[in-house]
Amino acid sequence: MPAPPPSSLAVTLDSVTRCYGAETAVDDVSLEIAGGIFVALVGSSGSGKSTLLKTVNRLIAPDAGTVRIDGADVAREPPHRLRRRIGYVFQNVGLFPHMTVGENVAIGLRLEGRKPGERIGELLDLVDLPRDFASRMPDELSGGQRQRVGVARALALEPGLMLMDEPFGALDPVTRDQLGRRVRELHDRLGLTTIMVTHDMAEALLLADRVLVMAKGRIVTDATPAELLAGKGGAEADALVAVPREQAHRLAELERRA
Amino acid sequence: MSPFLDAMHRVPDLLAQHLLLAMAALALGLAISLPLIVWSARSPALARVTLGFASLVQTIPSLALLALFFPLLLWLSALVGGGIPALGFLPSLLALTLYAILPILRNGVTGLAQLDPAVIEAADGVGMTSWQKLRLVEAPLVAPVLMAGIRTAAVLTIGAATLSTTVGQPSLGDMIFAGLQTQNWALVLAGCVSAAALALAVDALLGLVERGIATRKRKQAWIALAVLAIGVLAATAPLWPRQSHTITIGAKNFSEQYVLARLIGHRLERAGYHVRYREGLGSAVVFGALAGDQIDLYVDYAGTIWTNEMRRSDIRPRARMVAAIGDWAQREHGVTLLGPLGFENAYAFAMRQQDAKRRGIASLSDLVPASPDLKLGADLEFLDRPEWAAIRRAYPLRFASAHPYAPTFMYQALKSGDADVISAFSSDGRIATDHLTVLSDPRHAIPSYDAILLLAPGHAHDAKLAALLRPLVNHIPVEAMREANYMVDRDTNKATPDQAADWLAKRIGLGSE
Repeated sequence: MPAPPPSSLAVTLDSVTRCYGAETAVDDVSLEIAGGIFVALVGSSGSGKSTLLKTVNRLIAPDAGTVRIDGADVAREPPHRLRRRIGYVFQNVGLFPHMTVGENVAIGLRLEGRKPGERIGELLDLVDLPRDFASRMPDELSGGQRQRVGVARALALEPGLMLMDEPFGALDPVTRDQLGRRVRELHDRLGLTTIMVTHDMAEALLLADRVLVMAKGRIVTDATPAELLAGKGGAEADALVAVPREQAHRLAELERRA
Repeated sequence: MSPFLDAMHRVPDLLAQHLLLAMAALALGLAISLPLIVWSARSPALARVTLGFASLVQTIPSLALLALFFPLLLWLSALVGGGIPALGFLPSLLALTLYAILPILRNGVTGLAQLDPAVIEAADGVGMTSWQKLRLVEAPLVAPVLMAGIRTAAVLTIGAATLSTTVGQPSLGDMIFAGLQTQNWALVLAGCVSAAALALAVDALLGLVERGIATRKRKQAWIALAVLAIGVLAATAPLWPRQSHTITIGAKNFSEQYVLARLIGHRLERAGYHVRYREGLGSAVVFGALAGDQIDLYVDYAGTIWTNEMRRSDIRPRARMVAAIGDWAQREHGVTLLGPLGFENAYAFAMRQQDAKRRGIASLSDLVPASPDLKLGADLEFLDRPEWAAIRRAYPLRFASAHPYAPTFMYQALKSGDADVISAFSSDGRIATDHLTVLSDPRHAIPSYDAILLLAPGHAHDAKLAALLRPLVNHIPVEAMREANYMVDRDTNKATPDQAADWLAKRIGLGSE
C-alpha cells in the first residue's frame, strides 16, 4: 500500500462504549484506522454503526472510552473546532433551506471568517455540478444534486477526514453508483481518510479498502473486500456478502441466456 | 358637523398614546420572550414552565390583569419607599407586556421544535458554535413563524390597550368608555373604528415584514419596519414639547364627572392652559392618582372620601364633614380641598313612583319589611362600598336579589322592572324625568356627598390656578347640575359632555361671554 497522503488523519478508538438507557448501542469497541484509507462500516439497522461514526466528530459523546485523531483525544478541544477539521455527510443531507447552494457550500469558510472567492466554483467542479448552481436554492435541486452539494460543503475546509453516514441511502441506483464512484475518486485525489456507514454490502465491497461489519454494538468482522469475497470474514459477513454475490450470479446467468 | 366627525377630533392624541403604549408593550414582550425562547429550546422543562405560565396569564381577563397591577405596584412602591407609579403608563405597560408574551413565546418555541432535525444536525456537523447555529440557522428559519406570533401579539396588545383607560392611561379606550357611559354611540364608534384601524395597519406592516423575511426580500422587510418605526416616532411627537401649563383633569366614569371635567377644562383653556383629560378612572384609584400628582385636579364627593379614604363610618353635618375632609387631605396627602361646588350627589334609593305609592314606601325604614320581595339594582361599585355596609347596619335590608349595572343601564333596569329599587344619585336628571320616588333616610345612615374640588399636592401653592377655579365654589345648584346631566344621559337629542358643560357654564353665569 502506498504511504498515506500527508493531509489525511488517522483515527483511533479505544474501548468506546455508548448506551441509550438499557440499550448498548456501541459496546467496548477498539479500532485503529490508518490515515488515507477508505473504511466501510456495514451492519443492519440498530447495529450501532451510526452511533460509532458520530463519536468520531463528537455529535455523540461516548459514555466510556476515548477517540483520538492523529493521537489527540477529540474530547480535549471544543466540538466546533474539531468538526471543522472533519467533513460530515449524512443521508438527509441537511442543506440550509434559506441559503443558496453557494452559501451552503461556503458555510464552513464563513464560520472561519474566510472569503469564499473562487472556492465555491472549485467545490462545485469537484462534485460535477455546474458552477451556476451556486445561485440556486436547495429546494430547486434533485436528491442527487442535493447530496452532491452536501459533499461539496463537507470538503470546503479541506478536511483530512470524511465521515459519511449512509450518504447515498436516499438516492436512486444510478445516481447512487455515480456519486459513490465520485466520492471514492475524491478520496484518492484529495488524500482523505474516509469512514462510510452503509447497510449495503455491495457498495462497501466496491468502494472501501477495508470493511468492518458491526452487530449488536460490536465489530464482528474486519477484513479487506478481497478477504470477504474469499469467505474469510466469518459467518455474519458471509451472510451479508452472499446477497450481492448471489444477485450478481443471477444477473450473469440472465445475460448469458439472453 | 356630524357627531362622528366631531368625535374623531379626539382621535389623534389618543391614537398616539395608544400606539406608544401598545408598541412599548410589544417591544418589552419581545425582549422578554426572545431569550426565553432560546433558553426553552435548549431545556424542555423550562419550555413547559414558561409556556404554562404564559397560557395562565392569557386566561386572566385583561381588565382584571390591569386592575391587579394597581395594588401590586402600590405594594411594591411602599416596599421601596415610594416612587413607583401605580397608575397610568406603568401598570398598563406591564399588563399588556404579559399579554404579548404568550403568542411570541409559543410560536418561537414550537417553531424551533419543528425545525428539520437534519438541518440542525448539519449545523452541528459543519462546526457551528451554539451562537452561530442560533444566528445563522435557527433564527432565520424560525423568523417567519415568530413573526406570525408577533403579529398576533400586536393585534392583541392594541385591542387590550383600550382597557388601560381604567387605570388612568389615556388610550382610544377613553372614547369607548366615555361613550358607553354617556350613551354617545358616535364616540364609541369612533374609538372602536380607530382602534381597529390601528390594529389592522400595524398587522399589515408586520405582515409585510413577515413576507419579506419568508421570501428573502430583505428590503421589503426593512421598509415595512421603517414605516412602523416612523409611525411610532410620530406618535411620540405630542409628548415632546412638555407644555409647562398642561393641566390633567381626572374624571370618574359617569356623565356628571365628564361634564364637570369639561366645565373646568374649558375654563382653564380660556385662561391659556393646555388641558388633558383622564376619564373613566375608578373611584378607588382616582384619589391616589391625585395624591401622586398624576392628575392635577378632579371633583370628588365628600361621602366617598369620608368612607373610602378616611375609613370613617360616623355621620357629621355637611359643612363640618367637608371641613374635616379638607384638614385630613392636606395633612395626610398634601391635597388641597378648594371647596364644595354647591350641590350634592348622594346615594339615594329610588323606586318607580307608582310602585312606591302602592306599597306605601317613603323611607328606607319602610323598605325594610318589603325588601325580600324586591330586586335591587346598584351601580358597579355600590355593593362593595362601605356606604352599603353602613346602610345595612342601620336598615336590615334583605333584597330578593342584588345586581350591579353600569349607571345608565341601572335606570333602564328600573324602568323595565328588572330592578325595583336602585342606588340612584341625587343629582341625576333622570330622577325627575323618570318619575322616581327617592326614599328618605330617617336614621341618617347615608353620609352627605357634597361635590368637592380637589387639587394635587403639586398645585398646593398655585395661586393662579386656585383663583381661576374659585368662582366655581358653591356656584353650581343641584337643579343646574341635574339638567346638565340629563342633557347627556337622555335617550334622544343627546348632548356631548362638552356641550352640556358649555350650557352649564352659561346657566351658572360663568360662560365665555
